[in-house]
Amino acid sequence: MLVNRRLILAHFWLAFAVFGLALLLGAWQMFVRSPLHTWLSNPEWYYRSLTAHGTVMGYVFPTLVAMGFGYAIAESSLQQRLIGVRWAWTGYGLLAIGAVMAMVPVALGRASVLYTFYPPLIGNAFYYIGVVLVVVGSWVWVALMSVNLYAWKKAHPGEVVPLPMFANVAGSYLWAWTAVGAALELLFQIIPVALGLKSTIDAGLARVFFSWTLHAIVYFWLIPSYIAYYTIVPRAIGGRLYSDTMARISFILFLVVAMPIGIHHVFADPMVGAGFKFVHSAFTALVAVPTLLTVFTICASVEIASRLRGGRGAFGWVRALPWDNPIMLAVTFSFVMLGFGGAGGLINMSYQLNTTIHNTQWITGHFHLIFGGAIVIMYFAIAYDLWPHLTGRALTDLRLMRTQLWLWFIGMIVTTFPWHYVGILGMPRRMAYYDYTNPALAPEAIQVTISVIGAVILVISGALFLTVLIRGQRTPQADSGPYRFSVALHPPTSLPAVLNSHGLWIALMIALTITNYGFPILNLAARSGTSVPAVYVGAQ
Amino acid sequence: MSARELFSFRNPHTRTAVSVTAFVFLLSALIGFVLLPLAQPHLQLAGLWDAICSAAGVPRGVASTAAPPAEPTSKVVLTSATLAHPSQQSIGRGATLAQRCAICHGPTGISRADSPNLAGQYAAVIYKELADFRSGARVNAVMTPFATNLTDQEIADLAAYYAYLPRLPAFHPEPPRAPGTIVVYGAPSRGIAPCGSCHGSLDNKTGSPWLEGQSAVYLKAQLEAFASGQRRNDISAQMRNIARAMTSAEIEEAAAYYASQPAEVVKAVE
Repeated sequence: MLVNRRLILAHFWLAFAVFGLALLLGAWQMFVRSPLHTWLSNPEWYYRSLTAHGTVMGYVFPTLVAMGFGYAIAESSLQQRLIGVRWAWTGYGLLAIGAVMAMVPVALGRASVLYTFYPPLIGNAFYYIGVVLVVVGSWVWVALMSVNLYAWKKAHPGEVVPLPMFANVAGSYLWAWTAVGAALELLFQIIPVALGLKSTIDAGLARVFFSWTLHAIVYFWLIPSYIAYYTIVPRAIGGRLYSDTMARISFILFLVVAMPIGIHHVFADPMVGAGFKFVHSAFTALVAVPTLLTVFTICASVEIASRLRGGRGAFGWVRALPWDNPIMLAVTFSFVMLGFGGAGGLINMSYQLNTTIHNTQWITGHFHLIFGGAIVIMYFAIAYDLWPHLTGRALTDLRLMRTQLWLWFIGMIVTTFPWHYVGILGMPRRMAYYDYTNPALAPEAIQVTISVIGAVILVISGALFLTVLIRGQRTPQADSGPYRFSVALHPPTSLPAVLNSHGLWIALMIALTITNYGFPILNLAARSGTSVPAVYVGAQ
Repeated sequence: MSARELFSFRNPHTRTAVSVTAFVFLLSALIGFVLLPLAQPHLQLAGLWDAICSAAGVPRGVASTAAPPAEPTSKVVLTSATLAHPSQQSIGRGATLAQRCAICHGPTGISRADSPNLAGQYAAVIYKELADFRSGARVNAVMTPFATNLTDQEIADLAAYYAYLPRLPAFHPEPPRAPGTIVVYGAPSRGIAPCGSCHGSLDNKTGSPWLEGQSAVYLKAQLEAFASGQRRNDISAQMRNIARAMTSAEIEEAAAYYASQPAEVVKAVE
């Protein structure tokens, strides 16, 4: 029962439009710092582009996808009209205004601070205020998801919350809490300095606050993709979800252990004690558990689909899968990239192995493979699956969709594998150009060139994706029926309270945030002499 | 499914979830705060509590073992707010004080003697160099005696006055040269940032002097002094590290390029 289709479509279109623009910037960056281009005579252009690319891809694009998909889930899984449509449009408006407000100073070169802010570097205040508006807009969505679930529970006392909505609300709570770290950093540290009310900043404390946001934000990006694994894929390929309970356990594990792990981003920073670094490292290892549960459950669900289609044998069933179905392709590619990216992630989280690759191109390769690869390819799948229900028109060109997904997969592998490799060779990240004539760097030249080819393939795939969606708005009207989610092999009729509500898990998430972040934050906040003069972008 | 049931230890699921979480936290804390610090031979710990404090990142009050620097170092802290918005009175006092500088730095702040041109130089730069001459962080047979008796206010006034003066063409301007590799790109493999990214042409950073139109002889002499360690008032040895890695050809190139650049159009100081 999708009623507010315009609202959902508006979120998706804005998301994919800004994604297309930021994708071009990304490819340009790959090109100019490769041996194929002479060195940029003004590296500022590179950092300007990098800031825009990161801000759009990190804050605007996935947030809009999560919001649009969240509204679609609320309406179609709860089977009730969305409560607070005006608020939803307000949140959308805030997000759009915030995105424009942030991008204007970036485009003018007044805020080339990268999307991770990097204090004591301070850009124009409108950049940060724009980012705050984006976050506030998304908090409207968080509140609406909670209100809609509450209303449904009132009307259906004792019933099982549908899995898509359970997971969606878990994701929204995770985002609400994880965004608090960057919000504290922006409101109490960076914006006062950007407005000129203060001229010094505690950069170490700011980095700890940002790490609070920076790791769990990845799980916020990831949750729409995981919802798609569990609730779209089995239905789309004609199977059943193997275990509804396992799905719920995965989402609540993300809620609990995605938060208290961010300090593995600051392993090389001196302001946090080694004990806390170890504790965060241990919890980061735990976050692999919900992913492994998911991989198991989805493989089992896919096997069910194959057996239903007549697949036989220990491995022969793989051939009987509907490989011409774009969703089947997307989930396969996503798992392959998740596998490689996850293995790389285990290296990042290990205190000792991290020293080898810290601040190298390995890290950039890693998060592009996980986010740009495993997660974004499922965003494509979500769009393909939802589009006919949103537009009332069928997506007919399956071949183009398959080509697009293949190109994205190949492009992402070709881009990120050499990227990881040059990181191991020691190539630092965040540089506008490299002296490939130097014998120490010469072996990296060919790898970086291969990466550029991958970037070009990604741009082609992105263009095909937008083509599919635009064509989908022009085909003749066709009724796709109501939007449905996967049915579990054993649909739950009653569940223990812990698997049907979020309260306990939110309490554990906050408790672990306090144990794992409380002391490092208080220790830095209480110490004097830790602030340094701000460095204003463009100041003389 | 009331909230009370959910948050009660009588609920077996709640009991399990809370116990497992607490166990994982306590186990990782035990390893991270006790076992690992005690296993590090180089950490000289006074006992269990000291190990925990060390792992938690509490400053441990160990006396600094670093030897004090043999020479005085610069103590000037610059921000982009340093000396912003000087008063007219300050500029006027600076103009009076500047009469004793004119013999070398020129009556209009443009030198005829390979001393630096000061007209239009950033206030923060004049301020820092005078403060460093006064403290002995920078030493020069001519400048040191002038700076020794200056007060903070006089230094700030001189800085405000020279920053107020219009940038004029150099005394004998050469035709502008094209920027060389060292100016535009630096030498990334040797850790040399582009000259232009701080000193003008690409960007200007707080505390970096404006170099366009300065005497090539002066620029070359300063780079060589940084390289040899004779001049050492650069914060955190930024310029010494760069100049040491530069070849003599690069030093010539950078000095000749900046010397040949025309003065920008006059910048106004409100």
